[in-house]
Amino acid sequence: MIYREAGDFKTSYVDDNQTFPIRFDRYGYYVALLIAFVVVPFVVNDYWVNAIFLPFLIYAIAAIGLNILVGYCGQVSLGTGGFMAVGAYSVYKLMTAFPEVSIIIHVLLAGGITAGVGVLFGLPSLRIKGFYLAVATLAAQFFLVWLFNRVPWFYNYSASGQISAPEREVFGVAVTGANTAPWAVYLFSLLFLVLCAMLARNLTRGSMGRRWMAIRDMDIAAEIIGVNPLTAKLSAFAVSSFFVGIAGALFFAVYLGAVEVGEAFGIQKSFLVLFMIIIGGLGSIFGSFAGAAFLVLLPVLLKNVLVGGLGWPTDLAAHLEFMIVGGLIITFLVLEPHGLAQLWRVTKEKLRLWPFPH
Amino acid sequence: MKKTLITAAVAGIMAAAPAMADLTFTSLSYRTGPYAANGIPFADGYADYFTLLNERDGGIGGEKVNLVECETGYNTEKGVECYESTKGSGALVYQPLSTGITYQLIPKATADGIPVHSMGYGRTSAKNGEVFNWIFNYPANYWDGASVAIKHLLDINGGDLSGKKVALVYHNSAYGKEPIRTLEVLAEKHGYELTLLAVDHPGQEQKSQWLQIRRERPDYVIMWGWGVMNQVAIQEAVNIRFPMENFIGIWWSGSENDVLPAGDGANGYKALTFHNVGSDYPVFDDIQQYVVDTGKAAGAGDQIGTALYNRGLYAAMLAAEAAKTAQEMTGSSTIDAAQMRMGMENLEITEAKMADLGLPNFGPEFKVSCENHGGNGFAAVAQWDAASGEWSLITDYMQSDQEVLAPLVEEDSTAFANEAGIEPGCM
Repeated sequence: MIYREAGDFKTSYVDDNQTFPIRFDRYGYYVALLIAFVVVPFVVNDYWVNAIFLPFLIYAIAAIGLNILVGYCGQVSLGTGGFMAVGAYSVYKLMTAFPEVSIIIHVLLAGGITAGVGVLFGLPSLRIKGFYLAVATLAAQFFLVWLFNRVPWFYNYSASGQISAPEREVFGVAVTGANTAPWAVYLFSLLFLVLCAMLARNLTRGSMGRRWMAIRDMDIAAEIIGVNPLTAKLSAFAVSSFFVGIAGALFFAVYLGAVEVGEAFGIQKSFLVLFMIIIGGLGSIFGSFAGAAFLVLLPVLLKNVLVGGLGWPTDLAAHLEFMIVGGLIITFLVLEPHGLAQLWRVTKEKLRLWPFPH
Repeated sequence: MKKTLITAAVAGIMAAAPAMADLTFTSLSYRTGPYAANGIPFADGYADYFTLLNERDGGIGGEKVNLVECETGYNTEKGVECYESTKGSGALVYQPLSTGITYQLIPKATADGIPVHSMGYGRTSAKNGEVFNWIFNYPANYWDGASVAIKHLLDINGGDLSGKKVALVYHNSAYGKEPIRTLEVLAEKHGYELTLLAVDHPGQEQKSQWLQIRRERPDYVIMWGWGVMNQVAIQEAVNIRFPMENFIGIWWSGSENDVLPAGDGANGYKALTFHNVGSDYPVFDDIQQYVVDTGKAAGAGDQIGTALYNRGLYAAMLAAEAAKTAQEMTGSSTIDAAQMRMGMENLEITEAKMADLGLPNFGPEFKVSCENHGGNGFAAVAQWDAASGEWSLITDYMQSDQEVLAPLVEEDSTAFANEAGIEPGCM
């Protein structure tokens, strides 16, 4: 009844082509942004930010990045963890080498460096496809982790090989280091997420996104109609790695504060982000959010219900958590192979007819 | 429907913090994952000692102990979640049993004003209490361990290691890398040749490392392993017929779980320890009576008396003693985290105190001070007897080479202080 486009007239192409053409969607989006920027910062505490919001926001950026590569351009990548490590170590080197430069610039530069590394490891995609490409990116994952473990220059020769984020401020408010206010780190990460999501959304529905999707759907046909596979694939690798690099930089500098590469950016991180976009929905920005939320929130929720609520032993709860999350993933994918985004899409279609379906 | 789901979810996430209790201790344990074999006995020992205090003495100084356990799986992200979810409950001290999580918690806990006790792990230079006001790592740290291992080798070689080859097999993480610096400095001093062999997490694949050991034939192998890596390394050493008495593990590579899978082959394997082994102490009778027989033992209750169970027990004992010290200093039975820190900083463990607690001669005597948060660095060597299935101490407690370690601690903590902008000083 409320969710429909009847009566919502568009009189210009700009109106017709906007991201949320349906008024209800648009208002929902504005309200969500308003709550996220204006209400949440006032109510969050340390626990909410560090256990729930920060991982969600940062994984969402990584998922958007990987979704561009896998979901939009069809290039399967298992190197996400390695590329996040590039972002983290870049921002660490930049933070310690140029302490006077703003952390915002460092994070963006870290994304840029990761984009360069991504393009380098994306070169094989011009020759190899599908599973074979996945194996090539897997090599990137292992190589990068090995590199950051092996070369002491990357961790400033510290005895333990750990990198720790020094305190940095934005407009006089600390966003990295130990003395951060929860609202500050939340807003800092949220800002990057919103900018990344808007950028990704507009890239994917522009000519660049169309080229990526043409390559994904059939690369030979795309080449025949004039899409240059070299630029299309490498631009997808660059943009994707840029986002993943930003996510890695925030993951280290804002969220964890200290990381060791093998533990924080190992192969399981690559799988985690890949699962996020598969569950959320390939080729969908909303899907990246939904997948990240699902895999970040569900374990925390289950833990709190089982241990905090029911008082079960922690080991039993941890094992059950694996089983429940695994079971839910299979259930969701059986019910809707195209992920949560498709579920949402179907719901919207139904809502538009509700309460008078044909 | 959606609304109820969201409400349920919010309620579920909110339900994290338990009720405020008298004295809250947290146990960031790991009973799952590749390090569970080692995490379980430690967590059991830690929990059982507090249960014992509650059942036998009615808590510490008349205040019941509330132990909050949180599963980290040895994963730093979960560790952060655990820390944030428990710190609001009035936690007095954190013992994360993971060097990675300790590194995370050092700045966070310092900012929040909650002490961290990384007993025999974590950041070694936290020994310098003037820089790390809130971090404690008594009674011994990794550099002590490395030094004591070399000291033991010196002893069995008549004081001369020149020309000998020593290999370090280490977990490729902050934990495993800790001793490298010390071993390198000691190599210069004593003239042995050091080979470094990294093993990646989780350590199930070590064929190439042990192949290299077989090829290069080092005289001694020192290991910094944890979890499944220990078992694999000891099995591989047996496979290449490396003489077990020349193979020394750090205290985290010296539990029953590590040697039992290799069977008789592991006979003679050595490991360091900073507390005694076995269950031949009066306190274990009390544990049997008050904890096991009443059905309150943590976990499956099958770990009592194992090396890591004893270490968990020892950690809990030190925490309880620090709380007692704090109670005596403040004159009140309820204490907060800042007073707990004071208690830890003024903790003194004497033989008489340990005998009182039913743990005579269980660990070295030491005294914590503002300048020295790390104890005196005493450790002993234990050897595994596969036939009887027991560890036994083969040396006395030896002090680490302080003249080498003190400058290293000074150097590393000063570097940290400069990096983090800390003005060293007592609180």
